[in-house]
Amino acid sequence: MSLRNWLSGLGAPLRDYVESIGYGARTFGNLLGVSPGLLRRPNLVIEQLHFIGNYSMLIITLSGLFVGMVLGLQGYYTLNKYGAEQSLGLLVALGLTRELGPVITALLFAGRAGTSLTAEIGLMKAGEQLSAMEMMAVNPIQRVLAPRFWAGVISVPLLASVFSAVGVLGGWLVGVKLIGVDEGAFWSQMQGGVDIYKDIFNGFAKSVVFGIAITFIALYQGYEAQPTPEDVARATTRTVVISSLMIWWLDFMMTALMFSK
Amino acid sequence: MQRKSLDVWVGLFIVIGVAALMFLALKAGNMGSMSFGKAYSITAKFDNIGSLRPQAAVKAAGVVVGRVGEIKFDDKSYQALVTLNMEEGYKFPKDSSAKILTAGLLGEQYVGIEAGGDVNNLAAGDKIARTQSATVLEDLINQFIYSKAAEGKDDK
Amino acid sequence: MLYYLPLSVTPTCYKRGVPKQRLTFLHYNTALKIMSSVVPNLVEIRDLHFSYGKRHILSGLQMDFPRGKVVAVMGGSGSGKTTVLRLIGGQIRPRKGHVKVQGQVVHKLNTDGLYLLRRKMGMLFQHGALFTDLSVFENVAFPLREHTDLPEELIRNLVLMKLHAVGLRNAAQLKPGEISGGMARRVALARSIALDPELIMYDEPFAGLDPISMGVTANLIRNLNTALGSTTILVSHDVKECFAIADYVYFLSQGKIVAHGTPADMMVSTDPYVKQFVNAEADGPVPFHYPGKSLADDLGLGVQV
Repeated sequence: MSLRNWLSGLGAPLRDYVESIGYGARTFGNLLGVSPGLLRRPNLVIEQLHFIGNYSMLIITLSGLFVGMVLGLQGYYTLNKYGAEQSLGLLVALGLTRELGPVITALLFAGRAGTSLTAEIGLMKAGEQLSAMEMMAVNPIQRVLAPRFWAGVISVPLLASVFSAVGVLGGWLVGVKLIGVDEGAFWSQMQGGVDIYKDIFNGFAKSVVFGIAITFIALYQGYEAQPTPEDVARATTRTVVISSLMIWWLDFMMTALMFSK
Repeated sequence: MQRKSLDVWVGLFIVIGVAALMFLALKAGNMGSMSFGKAYSITAKFDNIGSLRPQAAVKAAGVVVGRVGEIKFDDKSYQALVTLNMEEGYKFPKDSSAKILTAGLLGEQYVGIEAGGDVNNLAAGDKIARTQSATVLEDLINQFIYSKAAEGKDDK
Repeated sequence: MLYYLPLSVTPTCYKRGVPKQRLTFLHYNTALKIMSSVVPNLVEIRDLHFSYGKRHILSGLQMDFPRGKVVAVMGGSGSGKTTVLRLIGGQIRPRKGHVKVQGQVVHKLNTDGLYLLRRKMGMLFQHGALFTDLSVFENVAFPLREHTDLPEELIRNLVLMKLHAVGLRNAAQLKPGEISGGMARRVALARSIALDPELIMYDEPFAGLDPISMGVTANLIRNLNTALGSTTILVSHDVKECFAIADYVYFLSQGKIVAHGTPADMMVSTDPYVKQFVNAEADGPVPFHYPGKSLADDLGLGVQV
């Protein structure tokens, strides 16, 4: 029966897929397990923080500024119709801290730092560097993967905060300085409407979760890539695609969780 | 070694990140107000302040002359006690009135001050006697419905 | 001169938290002679089978690697030579049979035991596998930094001595991208002997080298083995260089040992595979043509041709 064949044909890839998820979970557990050993060697994490965090600052800051400015502009045009342009500050701040800050930062991070992590690990594997490390009785997961993981988890929330803060300043620049919305209204509406727990903390929590997801996906794809140039390239593409989809899905889940009460 | 300069950059990154977070956090709280020189405080009691918030503008003839400070509830007169921080350069007579007005149709509410005719001016700590509360939309709608119903009854 | 390499650091120095700085100058051959009489074989392979899924890579291998000797494992590409090294190093597990290193069965060790064992091994990968983000000096210092608590000055001296042994002391500050392939291979050699291992494994050390580098590398392999008193396993298909330095040779073909003996024995062997390999004949037990249809069938000429 062709239907039966088709169903059984579904079975094998499905089983492989589930198996790879299980393997991924095991690797994640492995990663967490070796992490306490890193406390003795913080230099490894600091070095990676530099490559992952500092080098992303420029794109995050510029993007935040422009997103904030566009929000300010677009927000003004729309609010003006209802005479509600005083609420511009509130609009910009809420939009950034709740959603745009964490999500856009995560997407940019996946593209910039995620791909470089995947490529780096993939090439190290292709050049047998990870094998050599294993043979020298150094655990490559502890020495190479874990520092990068923690550097990513620390970087993303910080970058998201910078994005939101710079975005608010961008909105202020356009709204108050260029268009002429009342400065006091701008800030006071914002302060009245933005809650530390509901908005800022939730946004921060979102970016932490994003950081964990993206960094792990990037490292995993690089670690599992075949040691050929084509597969390393495919692995970097997979990092961006899978990270982006995870970001959207996690964002929806967390938003529903956080803002539904 | 290379590690020293690396530490500086990473430290800078973390400092900037935390500073951004602080900036965001403080904005949700009560940030230091727009500093504009010296101010003197006067109080006013309102039956209903509507959606008036601290840091909202105090305007006279449409010009910002101060900022709303604290808003408290006075449980002896069952009225809202609003502190207005007026800019030092602007003086108002003792019998001035304060109204809560709305900027635009759905905009934020501010305090409008109309000067009275008294010879003496309000000093720090003085109270504005004549106040008009904010217009609450629900009351307006109720009024409208009742008036329409009354009209309808009259017609019959 | 290399016989008295001042490289001996007493084993207790390797434990973290016990920083001893004694250097002893020892003639290794003496220690070696004592050890060899007690446990002759450092590595023993018995009835080893290994497969990747359905593909059989190795079947029924029996090999001995005596202490202090240089043993070559030779064969054509795809005969399973590198797999043998990986099994000895514990990177993969056999399907049947076992590998014993210093009397311990490798695949039965837990992670800690395996890591302790690996500290006594040095492995040279085919293209060096240097860490590209570290300099030559940092690469050789890596095992010392990871596994010992020695102070920086001592590490510096040790690293420079190792680089001196391979002739690259003055290239210490260069990055792997700035040196040639042959030099990178030599740096990797220095790195693999950083902890004075008892077992050194070389995976195709001569592949892709010019004749001068080949000669240099071969000499280094032989002399380092003697100086360190260690055992060397050499995987290669370069007949001339291997025979010049090996004490014993194993020939692998399609996962089985087809011949073994001293290089002198191999040169006069009558085994067809060995003869084809040693004399570099184009056709013999290892066919020239990829198996499949005959030429007549492919050209559609039928039975006539």
